[in-house]
Amino acid sequence: MNALVKQHLIDPEICIRCHACEEACPKDAISHNSDNVVVDAGICDGDMSCIGPCPTGAIDNWLMVAAPHPLETQFEWMELPEAVTHSPVEAQPDPPARDATSTTKKRRPPKIPAPASASEPVINLHTPSRPVEVEVQGNYRLTGEGTEADIHHIILSLEGVDYPVLEGQHVGIALPGKDANGRSHAQRRYTISSPRDGERPGKGNISLTVRRIPGGLCSNYLCDLKRGDKIEITGPYGASFLMPNDPAARLIMICTGTGAAPFRAFTMRHQRVMPEVTGALHLFFGARSPDQLPYFGPLAKVPDSLLTKHFAFSRVEGAPKQYVQDKLREDADSIAPMFGQPTTHIYVCGLKAMEKDVEAALAEIAASTGQDWDKLRDEMTNSGRYHIETY
Amino acid sequence: MTEAWEVSYDTQIPNNIGLSSDRRVLKALEKWHPGYIDWWKGSGPDGFLEDLVYLRTAISVDPKGWAKFDYVKMPEYRWGILLAPQVEGRVIPCGQHYGELAWQEVPGEYRSLMRRLIVIQGDTEPASVEQQRYLGKTAPSLYDMRNLFQVNVEEGRHLWAMVYLLQKYFGADGREEANELLKRQSGSEEKPRMLGAFNEETPDWLSFFMFTYFTDRDGKMQLEALAQSGFDPLSRTCRFMLTEEAHHMFVGETGVGRTIQRTCEAMNAAGITDPNDINAVRSLGVIDLPTIQKKLNLHYTLSLDLFGREVSTNAANAFNAGIKGRYQEPKIDDDHMLTDATYPVAEFTDGKIMVKDVPALTAINMRLRDDYTNDAAGGVKRWNAIIKKHGIDFELNLPHEGFHRKIGVFEGAPITPGGLVLSPEEWAAKRDEWLPSKADGDFIQSLMVTVREPGEYAGWIAPPRVGIDNKPGDFEYVQIYDA
Repeated sequence: MNALVKQHLIDPEICIRCHACEEACPKDAISHNSDNVVVDAGICDGDMSCIGPCPTGAIDNWLMVAAPHPLETQFEWMELPEAVTHSPVEAQPDPPARDATSTTKKRRPPKIPAPASASEPVINLHTPSRPVEVEVQGNYRLTGEGTEADIHHIILSLEGVDYPVLEGQHVGIALPGKDANGRSHAQRRYTISSPRDGERPGKGNISLTVRRIPGGLCSNYLCDLKRGDKIEITGPYGASFLMPNDPAARLIMICTGTGAAPFRAFTMRHQRVMPEVTGALHLFFGARSPDQLPYFGPLAKVPDSLLTKHFAFSRVEGAPKQYVQDKLREDADSIAPMFGQPTTHIYVCGLKAMEKDVEAALAEIAASTGQDWDKLRDEMTNSGRYHIETY
Repeated sequence: MTEAWEVSYDTQIPNNIGLSSDRRVLKALEKWHPGYIDWWKGSGPDGFLEDLVYLRTAISVDPKGWAKFDYVKMPEYRWGILLAPQVEGRVIPCGQHYGELAWQEVPGEYRSLMRRLIVIQGDTEPASVEQQRYLGKTAPSLYDMRNLFQVNVEEGRHLWAMVYLLQKYFGADGREEANELLKRQSGSEEKPRMLGAFNEETPDWLSFFMFTYFTDRDGKMQLEALAQSGFDPLSRTCRFMLTEEAHHMFVGETGVGRTIQRTCEAMNAAGITDPNDINAVRSLGVIDLPTIQKKLNLHYTLSLDLFGREVSTNAANAFNAGIKGRYQEPKIDDDHMLTDATYPVAEFTDGKIMVKDVPALTAINMRLRDDYTNDAAGGVKRWNAIIKKHGIDFELNLPHEGFHRKIGVFEGAPITPGGLVLSPEEWAAKRDEWLPSKADGDFIQSLMVTVREPGEYAGWIAPPRVGIDNKPGDFEYVQIYDA
C-alpha cells in the first residue's frame, strides 16, 4: 500500500524554534538542528498534541506528498515547498493538470530521475476536481483469515476510461462524501500492483494492494468494496519509481508488506515481455509470517530462474525473528556481484522503519566488495537506478 | 494522573498541585496575593486596567488544554500555579548524585544555594513587567498591544511559580524572599532589581522586541538549566514555564522581523538600494537597517552579561550538586559529571584574545552561553533571509563575545563587534557606530505612534503573517474601555 498521507510539516518562516512542540509530542516525532524544527513522517501519527503549545501557528501545516520529505531535506529549508495548504481541513492534493502529457506548471521535475530506459509516464490525467469513475471487478483478501494483516487485492476495470499506467505508478482515490468540515476528503494514493496492460494481457484493468488500517477512512472504504461498485479515481501519478525496459537491467527489489505491490507489477511485466531473460529479478520480501505475506501463493509459482525470492519472517513461532535487512546480509553473496554494475537497479518499498536498516545492510554488502556505498548510492540515484518509496 | 492535569479553580488561586489540601501554603499565598495585585496595579501596564484583552490562560498543563483564549481584564487574569506532570522515577541527570532518584524536598545542604537561584530567577519576572510598563501607550497596533500584555501576564505568572516554591519549600526565609520580590523595583536607586539588564528601561517597541528576543532568551536558557534540576518541583515548574516562554521568543523574533520587513518594503517602493543611506531611509518613516544592527548589538551584549562569569565556581557547585544542569542535559553524550572533561573559554590578556581549555565543570556558564548564542543565531538567519528576499545588500550579525561587555573576561575591553582589539580611545570614538546613540533613540522614539484601529499598523512595522489563535487580520485583540 502506498497510500500517501498528508505530511505534517513546520513552516520554517514562521517557526521560532522554541521547541514547545518537541516537548509536547508524546511520540518524539519532532526534532531540530540549529536551523529548523522538523517532524519525522515515519513517527508522527497526527496526534495533534503539538498544535496548542505552538505560539506561532507554524506547526499547523499539512502537505500532500508522493514521498514524505525526509528530515535532512526539512533541516535545509528556509521556506516550505510549494503547494502547501495551511490547515488540515483545507488539504488538497496536486494542482490540476490541463495537458496530460506534460507536467503542471507547479510540479517540479522528480528529484530522482526514472531509469534511463523506462517508458515515458503519463501523469495527472485525472485531477481531484475532475476524477474519473471506474467499476470494481473484484476484491479478494490476500492474507490468511484470522491473521493480523488484512490485505486485499482489488481489481478496477478501466474499460472505456482513458487511464494509461506504467508499473510503479500510483492511483489516487477520491473518497465520496465530505469531512466534518463539509470539505472533500483529502485523497489517498495507492501503488498499482498490476502491469501496464492489465491483470491479464489486454484486459484493461488495474489492481491495488490495500492493507486495512483500523479506523482508516480510505483503506476500510476500499477493503469493503464489492464487485460492481463504482468509485472515483484520480491520477495516474509518479514519474520516478518506474522499471527499466532494458533487457540487460538487473533489479534488486526490497519490500515489506504491501510494499510488494510495484514489484508484483514489475515481475509480471518482465514475465510477459522478456520471459527468456533469466536471473534479472531478485526479490527480498519481509512480513510477519507466510500467511501475512501478500501474494505468497502466487509468488511461489514464479520460477526461480525468473525471480529469486528471499523471504524474511519476523513472527514465526520457533524461528528467530528475521527482518528483510537480515535476509539481505544472509544472502549477500547472491547479489554482491551486482554492486557497482551499471545495469543494476535497486528498489526499496514499504515501511519507513526499514529504510535505515536496509540501507545499512546495502552499505555492508557494498563494503564487502570494496566499494563506498555513499558514493555508489549517489551515483545510482542520479542515474535513476536507486529508488526508495517508504511510508 | 488525570487529577494532576486539571487546573483547580475552586480556590482563589488556580493550581494543579492540590493547594486546597495544603492549608499552610494556601494561607501564605492568599496573604501574598493582595500585595501582588497592588504591585500589578502600581507597576504593571500603565492604564488598561479596565480594557478587555484577548489573552491565553492555562486551564491545564496537558498540551491540548493549556492554551485557552478569551477576553479578560488584566487585573482579573487567573494567575495560577502549574507544574508539568510528575515523571515517575525521574532521576537526577547530572553531578555527583547522577542517577539517584530526584528529590521531592530540598536537601538541607543545598538549601541556601537553591533558594538563591530561585530568587534570582523570580526577580527577573516582575522586573521585565516594570521595564515595559509604559509601552502599551505607544503600541503600533492592537495585535502588538495584546502580545505585550500576554508577555506581561505570563511574566506575572512566572513570579507566582517562583513564589510558590519559596513558600512551599523554604519556610520563613522563603516567605521573606517572596515579599522582597514585590519590593525591589526595576531601575530603583534604593532597591533595584538583582541583575543589571533588568534595570535598563525599555524605551520603545524595537527595544521591547530586542529584549524579548535576546534577554528573554537568556531567561529561557536559565529555565532550561533549572528544568534539569534534581529538585523535582523546580524542574516541573520550569518545564511548564518554558512552554509559555515560547510566546515571548515569538513576540521578539517576529517583532524584529516585521520591522525589518517594513523597512525593506519601504526601501524598495522608494527605489533606495543603499541600506547605509540612513537619512533617505529614515525619511520614509521606517527604521534603517544599520540602526537595527546597533540595537541588536546592545541587547545581545547586555544579555551575554546575564550569564555571569565564564569560569565560575558557583556554577560548578550548582551543577555538581545536581541543582542546575546543562541545556538539554539528557541529550548530551558524556558522563554527566564532567570528571575529566575540558571546555574552551576565551581569555583576554595583554590585549590579546586567546582560547584556553579549562575544566568543563567550571565552564558551565560558558557552555550555556554558547548554547544561547547558537539559539539566538537562528533568528538572525531568518531576519537576513527577509533582507535577502527583498534584494537588499545588508547582513545582520551577532557581535563578538568581547564587544561591549561588563562582566567576565572581556569586562571593559575595547573590542569591536568584529573582534578587533582597539585602544580605549579609538573604541570610544567609534562607540556610536556600533551602539545606539541618543539621536538614534530619539529617531526611533519619533516613530512610536499609537495605532488602535483593528487591523491597522504603525508605518514602521509590517502586519504579522498569521493572527493569534488563527484570528483574522482585523480582529480586535484589545477592546479599549472608553470612559
